[in-house]
Amino acid sequence: MLGWLTVVFSCQLAGETLVAATGMPLPGPVAGMVMMLVILAVRGKVPEELSTVSGALLSNLSLLFVPAGTGIITHLVLIRNDLLPVGLALVASTLGAVAVTGLLMQAMTAHTDKAAATDE
Amino acid sequence: MNDQSLRDVWVYLSATPLLHLTLVLIAYQIGDRIYRAANRNAILNPVMIAVVLLVGFLYVTETPYDTFFEGAQFVHFLLGPATVCLAIPLYRQFARVRRNAAAIAASLFCGSAFAAGSAIAIAWITGASRDMILSLAPKSVTAPIAMGITEQLGGLPSLTAVLVIMTGIIGAALGPMVLNLVGVKDWAARGFAMGTAAHGIGTARALQVNDLAGAFAGLAMGLNALATAIFLPLVWRFFAG
Repeated sequence: MLGWLTVVFSCQLAGETLVAATGMPLPGPVAGMVMMLVILAVRGKVPEELSTVSGALLSNLSLLFVPAGTGIITHLVLIRNDLLPVGLALVASTLGAVAVTGLLMQAMTAHTDKAAATDE
Repeated sequence: MNDQSLRDVWVYLSATPLLHLTLVLIAYQIGDRIYRAANRNAILNPVMIAVVLLVGFLYVTETPYDTFFEGAQFVHFLLGPATVCLAIPLYRQFARVRRNAAAIAASLFCGSAFAAGSAIAIAWITGASRDMILSLAPKSVTAPIAMGITEQLGGLPSLTAVLVIMTGIIGAALGPMVLNLVGVKDWAARGFAMGTAAHGIGTARALQVNDLAGAFAGLAMGLNALATAIFLPLVWRFFAG
């Protein structure tokens, strides 16, 4: 398990390095995710120990946003001054984006997934 | 114990990272208990509950955020490795991703443009300050990239970080209801929508509910970061001249 945890950290390190070196507009960890995807594609399956490592991290993914979320305390005044625009923009724009993306994706995949299902 | 020794204990505790690290874990577990007790109702988002509890605690004890973060950073640090691990659910669904490449590209483009465009438009119409508008624009993008985009546009990166988290909580708490309302039942589409509009926090919620949704949410989060980082500064420069 320690071995695969090291691979996970190495992917992130390599991703951060790549992004810093090239100035790509991508978070280092997302570049690391792509590298992990390549490793899995080469191996052809997900090793059980990696599954354990990722399960532990991903099943508690929400927890990891709590420290950054608490940072809201540093901007309470700025947000209170613009409460209506901020509240409206955050709620309407976010929920609108959820609806637009979900509807389009469902409409466009309904056809291909049905075709694939009959193929399989 | 008299008042003085109680104060001494507090001075000692508040100076070690252990106190705030432990509080993060406790606050989250309280949030998670409530969320589970309510049958995983999205509205009772555990991140939101934990943040409210911790902000209340910091406010009452007059603890600076920097002091809090010295302890909380150990949890925050794990975001990076967790993001790398999103490759695993994605790999398991990769055949489906490839099959739907065109739908993914189109949904990403429209969702991403809507998330940024509507935020700018609403904030501008309702009279937000220029700093606020610029800091709001990349609100649906995962925090590290959103902060970079805001910096390029000339907004306040630290304000963006806060707006991004609020977006994530709003999306995770209310997004599933919106998807039910407009009749999106397909798990891949539901996940993709959550990841595009509400980045990592939306992805966390999607992962809890369904593996396929989680895989597509993680994918959407990464792609939206890339797309917004490339296009938003270009479009902004074009209009703002």
